[in-house]
Amino acid sequence: MSVSRREFIHSSGSVVVYFSLGGCGASDPSGEDAVASSDNRITIHTDGSVELFMGKVELGQGIGTALAQIAADELGVAFDRIRLTGVDTDFSPDESYTFSSISIQQSGPKVREAAASARAYLEQLSDRDAADNSAVVGQSVPRIDIPGKTFGDVSFIQDVRLDGMVHARVVHPPAERAVIQEMDSKSVEEMPGVLKVVRDSNFVGIIAEREGQARTAAAALAALIRWELPGDLPSSDEVYDWLKRAESRKEEVSASGTVNFSPSDTVHRATYRRPYQAHASISPSAAIAFFEDSKLTVWSHAQGMYPLRGAIAHTLGLSPQDVRCVHKEASGCYGHNGADDAACEAAVLAMRLPGRPVRLQWERADEFLWEPLGPAMQIETQAVLDSEGRISNWQHDLWSCPHTGRPRDVDSAGYFLYAKHKENPLPDPAPYSIPQPSGGSDRNSVPLYDIKNVRVNKHFVTDIPILGSSLRGLGAYGNVFAIESFMDELAAQIGADPFEFRKRHLDDVRALEVMQRLEKETQWQARPQPGTGVGWGVAFARFKNLSSYLGLVMQLQVNAETNAIQLIKATAVCDAGLVVNPDGLKAQIEGGIIQSASWTLKEQVRLSNRARESYDWNTYPILRFDEIPDVDVILIDRPEQKSLGVGETAQGPTAAAIANAIYHATGKRLRQLPFTPDRLV
Amino acid sequence: MRIKFTLNGKVADINVEPDSSLLEVLRNDIELNGPKFGCGLAQCGACAVLLDGVSIRSCVTPAAIVEGRTLTTLEGIGDKDNPHPLQAAFIAEQAMQCGYCASGIMTTAAAFLASNKSPTRDEIRGALSGHLCRCGSQPRMIRAVERAARVMNGDDE
Repeated sequence: MSVSRREFIHSSGSVVVYFSLGGCGASDPSGEDAVASSDNRITIHTDGSVELFMGKVELGQGIGTALAQIAADELGVAFDRIRLTGVDTDFSPDESYTFSSISIQQSGPKVREAAASARAYLEQLSDRDAADNSAVVGQSVPRIDIPGKTFGDVSFIQDVRLDGMVHARVVHPPAERAVIQEMDSKSVEEMPGVLKVVRDSNFVGIIAEREGQARTAAAALAALIRWELPGDLPSSDEVYDWLKRAESRKEEVSASGTVNFSPSDTVHRATYRRPYQAHASISPSAAIAFFEDSKLTVWSHAQGMYPLRGAIAHTLGLSPQDVRCVHKEASGCYGHNGADDAACEAAVLAMRLPGRPVRLQWERADEFLWEPLGPAMQIETQAVLDSEGRISNWQHDLWSCPHTGRPRDVDSAGYFLYAKHKENPLPDPAPYSIPQPSGGSDRNSVPLYDIKNVRVNKHFVTDIPILGSSLRGLGAYGNVFAIESFMDELAAQIGADPFEFRKRHLDDVRALEVMQRLEKETQWQARPQPGTGVGWGVAFARFKNLSSYLGLVMQLQVNAETNAIQLIKATAVCDAGLVVNPDGLKAQIEGGIIQSASWTLKEQVRLSNRARESYDWNTYPILRFDEIPDVDVILIDRPEQKSLGVGETAQGPTAAAIANAIYHATGKRLRQLPFTPDRLV
Repeated sequence: MRIKFTLNGKVADINVEPDSSLLEVLRNDIELNGPKFGCGLAQCGACAVLLDGVSIRSCVTPAAIVEGRTLTTLEGIGDKDNPHPLQAAFIAEQAMQCGYCASGIMTTAAAFLASNKSPTRDEIRGALSGHLCRCGSQPRMIRAVERAARVMNGDDE
C-alpha cells in the first residue's frame, strides 16, 4: 500500500494539507469483515489542529478516542490537538461497517500510516510537540465524547434539529408478512398538523408539523387499518423443533481426525438452546432525511454509511452519487438493530415531501417488533473421554437461521422493511452463510481445545420466518455457552476440577496464561463446596478463535425458596494484545459481561404463532441496577502483539460461567437460555 | 395554551399545544438535549427530570402540570463551568458507554443525593433501579454516585 501526500489546498491565506492512503485495502465484499478502499484520513489545519476523518463510527464503544490516541502518537503531537470527524459519504474513508470488534484492527493501521505520512510534513514545519516520549497509546485517556454527553450537548441524532424540520411516524404491520385488508385514512389526513399520509402497499407513514401531532395521528391511523396475519410463525416453545425440521443445508465447519462413536464408547451428549433475543437499544431507531433538487441526504445511526447509501439508492431508484449518508450517534446498538430500516423509511417519506427535513422516530414497540433479532440456536454436542481423562472425540451440531441480514448493496437491499412492504417488493436476498474463520451461526463453534478428533456441523436454516441479523457476538454467544457448559459437564463426569480439565486441553500459551492468572486472582481453589446455594463457575473463549482471549469466573447465589439467581461478582482476565486504552477496553468488557448476564438470566423474545409478543420493557425485561454483579476486569498487556477487539469477547464465556456456577450452587444443569427461576423448579 | 414555570433557575413562559407531553415541550420547543426519549411509557428513565426536586418521567407527564412549579433538567444540575459533583464524577469514572441513559440517571441521582448524603451501595442500586442502561455501565455509575457523595460531604477531592 503506497502512502502519499495527496494535495495542497490554498484558500483565503490558509493552508490545509490532506493526507491519505493510495490504493485499496484487502477487499472481501461478500464477508462480514469487508474492507473497502481508503480515502482522506488526516487534515492538518493552519490553527495547528489535526482533523482525523473516521472510517469507523462511534457507537459508544470509544473507537474515536482510541484512533485519536494512535494518530497523536504517530504524528508526535499532543492528544488534545486531534479533532474527530464522523463518517459522511461526501468525504470520509469508506471502511464499510463498524462491526465484528475489528475497528482497532482495521482502522488503527490505516490511521497509523496516514499519520506517519503527515508526520514527515510536520517535521518540515518543526511543528511536532517536544514531549515525544509521552506516548498516549497504552494510556487510559478519557473519552472525547463523554463531557458533551454529561452536560446535554448535541450528541445524538435525536438532538439534531434542522430548520423547517417536520416529524414522521411509520405505522408498521403487527407481524412479519402481514398485509393490509382495509385502510381508510381520510379522517387522519384532516387531523391537526398532518401534512401527508403516505401509503405504498403495506408501508404506511405519516408526516406532521409537530411530533405530538405525528404520534397522535399515527395512533389514530393504526386503529383504522385491518391487517391479515399469516399466523404460521413458530412460537417460542416450538422454535427449537422447528429449526431441526426446517429447510436447511449442512455445512462442515471443521473436521480433524476421525470422529468415531463406537458402540463400546460411553458417549456423553447434551443439547443447548438459545432463544431469539433483541438488541433492545435504549433509544428506538430514528433518522432524518432531506430531499431537494433530486438529491437525498440521510442522517442515520446505522453501522455503515457507505453500505446504507448503496442500498437506499437502489431501493429508491436513485444514483448513489445523489445520495449522501451522514453518521450521527444514537444509543448503543450492539449489532444490526432498526437503524438501517428507519433511515430507509425516513428517505421514502422525505421524497414525498421535498424541501422539508423529515425526522422519523420509531416508537418503543416499533423497535421491539421490527428490529432484526439475534436468531435462536439449537446446539447438540457429543463427546467421548479416554481412560486418561482426555476428550478423544468431539462433535458439535448447530441449527440456526442466518446471523446477517444487512441491506448493503443491490443484491441485499431486499432486507429493508420498506423493500418488503412496498408495492412490487424487492426479492428476498439469498440467505448468506458467513464463512469461517469469522463465521455466523458457527462463530466460535470449533473448540480451541487440543482434541484429536473433532467434527463441527452447521445446519444453515434457509427458511427465515422471523427477521434476524447480527447481534453482538453472533453465534459465539450460543456456541461458547454450549462448549463451555459441556466442558464443565465432562469434567464433572470424571470428578476433575473445571480449571484443571480445561488447562489439560489447552496448548495455546496465551490461553493458558489467561486461565492461570484467572485461577490465581479469584483464588479458585478456595471456592465453596458444591451444593451450598453459592456457586462459582468458570468459562473461557478466544473470540472467533483469532481475536482476544477471555476467561471469566462468575460468583452467584441461588435462593433456595424462590430460585431467584443473584449475581455477586464477575472476574475476567483478558489478553487483547497491545492495549491502546486500558480503561476503555475494560469498559467494553464490563459492559459485555453485564449485557450477556442480562441475556442469560432474563432475555427471550416471546413469540406466538401470530406475532412477536415482546413489545416493551415489561414484556422484554433486562437486568436492572439492583441485579448486576460487581465486575473486575484484569488485562494482560502484550505490547509486542497486535491489538485485538474486545467488544464481543465476553458474551459467550459469561453465559457458560453462569450456567456452571448454578450447577456448582445447586447441582442443577441448565441448558436452555434464559435461566429464569422457573427453569430451576 | 400558555404555561409559566421555573426551568433550571430561570422563568420560562411559553405557548404549548394543550396535549403536549412535558418531554416534547422540553426537547422540541425549548430545545434541551438532557431529557431523552427512550420509551414513551415511563419504563426506562431516559426522560427523567426533577419536578420540585422529585424525579419524574417527562414522557408521560402532560406539560400543563408544571404551571407555577420548578423544573430541573440535566442542564440545570450543572454545566461545564460549574459542574455538579455527579457530573464531574461521571466524567472521572468514565461512567457511560453510549451515554443515552446517563442524563436521566444523573438527574435522578442528583435528587437522591440531595436527600441521602451518605448512601450505601445497595441504597444507590435501589434508587436507580427504575433506570435502564443497556451498555452495562451500571458498576461505573454506582462508583460515580459514591464518588459524588464523598465530594459533596467533603470527604475527599
